[in-house]
Amino acid sequence: MTREINWVALSIVVVLFIVVAIMGFMASSWRRSKEAAGLHSLDEWGLGGRGFGTWITWFLLGGDLYTAYTFVAVPAAMYATGAVSGFFAVPYTVVLYPIIFIIMSRLWSVSHRHGYVTAADFVGGRYGSRWLSLAVALTGIVATMPYIALQLVGIKAVLTVLGLGSSQNALLTDLPLIIAFVVLAAYTYTSGLRAPAMIAFVKDILIYLAIIVAVIYLPIKLGGWDTIFDAAHAKLSATSQVTGKPVGAFITSPANYASYWTLALGSAMALFMYPHSITGVLASKGRNTIRRNAAILPLYSLMLGFLALLGFVAIKAGTKPIDLDGSTNPQLVIPQLFLDAFPSWFAGIALAAIAIGALVPAAIMSIAAANMFTRNIYRDFFKPDADPKTEANVSKIVSLLVKVGALVFVIAMDQTTAINLQLLGGIWILQTFPAVVAGLYTRWFDRWALLIGWAVGIIFGTVSAYNVVNPTTKQHFGGSLAPIPGTDVTVYIAVTAFVLNLLVAVVLTLVFRGLKVPQGRDLTRASDYGADETDPKVAQLEKAERFVEPGGPPPVA
Amino acid sequence: MSGHDTPAPDQRPNPAAAEGGPTRDTPTRGPARPLPYVIAGILLAAAIVLPLMPSLYSFDQPRWGGMPFFYWYQLLWVPISAVLSSIAYWLTVTEDRRRRAAVRGNGAHAARRGGDAA
Repeated sequence: MTREINWVALSIVVVLFIVVAIMGFMASSWRRSKEAAGLHSLDEWGLGGRGFGTWITWFLLGGDLYTAYTFVAVPAAMYATGAVSGFFAVPYTVVLYPIIFIIMSRLWSVSHRHGYVTAADFVGGRYGSRWLSLAVALTGIVATMPYIALQLVGIKAVLTVLGLGSSQNALLTDLPLIIAFVVLAAYTYTSGLRAPAMIAFVKDILIYLAIIVAVIYLPIKLGGWDTIFDAAHAKLSATSQVTGKPVGAFITSPANYASYWTLALGSAMALFMYPHSITGVLASKGRNTIRRNAAILPLYSLMLGFLALLGFVAIKAGTKPIDLDGSTNPQLVIPQLFLDAFPSWFAGIALAAIAIGALVPAAIMSIAAANMFTRNIYRDFFKPDADPKTEANVSKIVSLLVKVGALVFVIAMDQTTAINLQLLGGIWILQTFPAVVAGLYTRWFDRWALLIGWAVGIIFGTVSAYNVVNPTTKQHFGGSLAPIPGTDVTVYIAVTAFVLNLLVAVVLTLVFRGLKVPQGRDLTRASDYGADETDPKVAQLEKAERFVEPGGPPPVA
Repeated sequence: MSGHDTPAPDQRPNPAAAEGGPTRDTPTRGPARPLPYVIAGILLAAAIVLPLMPSLYSFDQPRWGGMPFFYWYQLLWVPISAVLSSIAYWLTVTEDRRRRAAVRGNGAHAARRGGDAA
C-alpha cells in the first residue's frame, strides 16, 4: 500500500525539526562558564555542567522519561488490548515519584561529593568492587540500546503516516530516519547533555499543546467520554477468534490484579535504574532539586494518562492504523488519529512533537550509555589514569557508536526484535536495584552476594520471558507476564526475578559473612549521603588534608 | 543592605574549616529528629500503596463526566500524589535545613560536638 504524502503536515514537521537541530548546535555554549569551552570533561559534556535548576531539570526529565515510544506504545496498547497492558502506565508514573523522592537525593549527594557520573561509579566506590560496578554498567548499556532503537520506531510511525516511505523501496523508506539520526548524533557530539536539555523545552510544549487540544476537542466531536468508553468496552469485551478469550480488559478483574500492580511497581522501580534517568538526576544543581521535581513531574503523568485514553478515542473514531504492507499496526494509531481528526497544520505540530520527542531521550540515552562505558569499562579496566579530557573524548565517540548501533538495529532487523529486547531490558535493569539502592542506605550486603543475586535474577528473568509464548503468533518473548513458579498468580517477570535476586543476596551475604570473606573498601562516609552543593567535594578535602598533615599518608589511595 | 549577600545559615561554610579544615568525617548535618521523616514516610508510603491496590478501584461506577471510576480514580491520584510529595518535601527540607544549620550556625562548638559524635 502506498500512502499519499501530506505536504502541509510534512513541511511543519521538517521546519520544526530544523529549528530544534539549530537549537541543538547552539546549546553547546548555553549556561557555560569560560573554562568549560569545548566541554572537555564528563561533568561538562555528559552532565551539562552539573548545574541544572528546578525548571530545566523538570523539562529535561520530562523529556527524558516520557519518550516517543511511550507516546506511541501506550495508546497503542490501550487501543489493542485495553487497561492491563496500557493504563498501568498511570499508576506506574504515579508511584514513581514517591520512590525517587526517597532514594534519589542520597544518590545525588554521594555522587556530588565523589564526582560520580553513573550509578556504577557509586556501586564501585561503595563496595570497592569493580566487578559489581561492571555488572551494573553492562546491564545499563545493554538495556539502553534497544530503548534507543525504539525511539526510532516512534519516528518511523510518524514518517509512515505522513506518507514517506513505500513497501517497495527500503532505502527511500529509511533515508529520512537516517538523516534525522545523523543530525542528532552531530549535535549530541558537539553539545553533550545541553542539547537535549534545550530541545526538551520545545518538545514538551508541543506535546502539551497537542494533547490538551486533542483531549478537549475530540470527545466533544465524538459525543462525549461516555460513548467513547462504551465503544472501548464493546471492542475489548468481544471474544477473540484466536484465543477464545476477550480481546482485552476494559477494567482490571481479580484475575489480573497482581499483573496490574506488579507491572506498575516493577516498572517504577526499574525506571530510575536506567542510566538516562540517573544522568538527568545527577545533572541537577542541588540535593533537593530532584525532590522538588518529584512534586511537579506528575504533571507529565496526567498528560500520559490522557494520552493513553486517546487510544480509546481512536476506537470510537474508527481510526484505521494500516501499515505499508497492508497489515494493522496499532503503533500507528495515535499519529493516524491526529492526521484524520485535525487540519493538516495541527496534525503536523502533533506529529512533530512525537518525532522530536524521540530525539531528546535518544540523545540522553546515548550520552548515559557512553558515560557508563567510559567510566566503568574504559577507565576501570583499561586506562585507570585517564584524565577528564580523555574521558570526554571517549564518551563523545562512544555516543556516536551507540546511535549507529541503534540505527542499524532498526533498519536491518525486525522491529519486534527491538521490542523483545526492550522488554528484556526492563527485566534486566531492575536486577541492579539491590546493589544501587540498598547501597545508599547500608553496607550490610556482601559485594559477591549482590553480584551472584544479580546473575540469578538476570538468568531467571531471561528464561521466564523466553518461555512466554504469544498465543496468536506462537513466538517466544510473547509478553512480560508469567505465573510465579508453583502458583497460578500471573505477575510481571521482573518483579519475580527481583525477589529471587534479593533472597539470594541476603542468604549469600549471611554465608559469606560466616566464612569471613573480605569486604572490600568503602570509599564513602556517612557525611557524604547528606552533602549539598555548598559542601566541599572529596577531592578538595583530600587536598586540604594533605596540606595540614605534611608527610601523613594520603587518606584515600 | 549587605545582609543580602550573606548565605542562609544552612549553606554557610562549615566552621570546622577554621580550625584545621574539615575532613572526610566532618558531618555535613547534625543528628536527625525522627518525627518529620516518619510523617513524610507515611505520606509517601500512602502515595505508593494506594494506587497499587486494584481491588479498591476496579469498578465502572460511579462515572464522572462519562469516565468510569477505574480511570478517574487513578488519574485523580496524580494530583494527590503531587500534594503528598509537596508536604513531604516541606517536612524533610525544613528538617534538613535545621540539621545543616546545627553544624554551622552555632559556631565551632556545635561542629565540634557533631564531629565527636560521628
